Amino acid sequence: MLTFITQHIEMFYLIILMIFVGIELIGHVPSVLHTPLMSGANAIHGVVIIGSIIVMGQAEHVASLILGFLAVVLGTLNVVGGFVVTDRMLEMFKKKK
Amino acid sequence: MENQILQIIYLIASVTFIAGLKFLGNPATARKGNLMAAFGMVIAIFGTIFLYTTETGAHLHNLGFIFAALAVGTIVGWIVAKKVQMTAMPEMVSLFNGMGGACAMLISIIEFKHLAEIDLSTVAAGHLLTIVLGLIIGSVSFAGSIIAWGKLSGNVKDKSLGMQQLINIGLLLVILVLSGVMILGNTAYTVELFYAVFALSLIYGVLFVLPIGGADMPVVISLLNSFTGVAAACGGFLYDNKVMLVGGILVGSAGTLLTIVMCKAMNRSLVNVLIGNFGGGATGEAMGSANFDGTIKEVTASDAAILMKYAKKVIIVPGYGLAVAQAQHIVHDLELLLEAEGIDVKYAIHPVAGRMPGHMNVLLAESNVSYDKLIEMEEVNPEFATTDVVLVVGANDVVNPAAKTDPNSPIYGMPILDVENAANVIVNKRSMKAGYAGIENELFYKPKTSMLFGDAKKALTQLVSEIKALG
Repeated sequence: MLTFITQHIEMFYLIILMIFVGIELIGHVPSVLHTPLMSGANAIHGVVIIGSIIVMGQAEHVASLILGFLAVVLGTLNVVGGFVVTDRMLEMFKKKK
Repeated sequence: MENQILQIIYLIASVTFIAGLKFLGNPATARKGNLMAAFGMVIAIFGTIFLYTTETGAHLHNLGFIFAALAVGTIVGWIVAKKVQMTAMPEMVSLFNGMGGACAMLISIIEFKHLAEIDLSTVAAGHLLTIVLGLIIGSVSFAGSIIAWGKLSGNVKDKSLGMQQLINIGLLLVILVLSGVMILGNTAYTVELFYAVFALSLIYGVLFVLPIGGADMPVVISLLNSFTGVAAACGGFLYDNKVMLVGGILVGSAGTLLTIVMCKAMNRSLVNVLIGNFGGGATGEAMGSANFDGTIKEVTASDAAILMKYAKKVIIVPGYGLAVAQAQHIVHDLELLLEAEGIDVKYAIHPVAGRMPGHMNVLLAESNVSYDKLIEMEEVNPEFATTDVVLVVGANDVVNPAAKTDPNSPIYGMPILDVENAANVIVNKRSMKAGYAGIENELFYKPKTSMLFGDAKKALTQLVSEIKALG
């Protein structure tokens, strides 16, 4: 276990730092923006698609290929749907005059 | 070389995620922030497709399939996201979140299948742990999001088995024990255990969300959103991929905090939301029809019109009823009409009005209501005392005085809009049916309250034409 941690020590540093960055970023956001913010964050975790592309790009068997295809489709839905929905919400926040 | 370029691309993408999230926290820059993060995502995706090399230096293959999958996802996602009604936005977010969870879940399954074909006994426990974590969290997020989506769209009802909390905790323990045995036990049943954990995680996701009341769905969606973030980070750990790790943990941490902030806005703790069984049918029926003093007083559109036309100050309290009836445009017409008469018109926005925080702001912004007219609860509450008419449109629980007066009420302690301090309260509702929390509202029985029954759009249209008729 120790070797596993030291092998990935950079990743552990990143995790700790990102936890604090995430908390700092959301600290004082007006409640008006909670929905778009949640939606935007939703789109960002669509980054999981990178993993599905890597998996699929190395798939050898039909089963893996099918599952991988599904994973990429779902990941894309998360990314595209997430960003487009967020943009539609924010489009409406334009200052009127 | 290619790998180095890819690392730089990942670095840029990570920065766009952080900066994008920062910009999303301010109304003036929010849209830019979203586009920025989207740009980072696009370069990370294409960078991966063309530049990623495995340990042996091989490029990714199956590119045709990858592009086909990207095309399918993009077209479907785009169309669905463009077509969805603004009112259905919360369930849409939940659905997309579920897709991300499912993606993480599938990655874990494929990776595990791959390892199982080689030799599982040589795989490091930490590696296996990452795969299983991604599987569990991804599956829970996927199943939970689908249930949350079903609840918000009205297809799934609140349900609670007896001793639901015990069952859930027990199930979670079983999942953890099985995972532990699978990772450390070195048994001959690793594959079977893996699929058992998978199945139980899906069941857990369903049972986790099923008993939580519909009114608390935004909090649950926000929580599941951060779950998916963590699941994505597991994938990042698995492939030593920093952009996945940054994006995932960022959302996991920001999402958790956002969940807590949303709970605070409702003056409830997260634990209370998760086990409170808020808004279940049982409470509503137990409370039964009202036993409050006073009677319901109905008002016609023309009387309401007179009341409003001769007011000096009117505050409109929008709720989910307004959203359902698509009455956001007509309410803006009403606002303009009253302002033309020299009346001071404002909107009082409760933090959880509608089905999500900020839901009302989005809807009213859609119909061109200027956002400086939307006043948040703390700011607007002292103003009700000097207000002549409050018009409540399809809101219920957020103006229920029971939150302050009745310690037995499930919403007790939730901050509300103090509309009863105004001289007159006109409540537009479709019927006397209880609100989302399933409880009666004493406000409707107060002497200064009058009820304007009917669909919000129809009732307001009538109100507008009556005010116009007054000349």
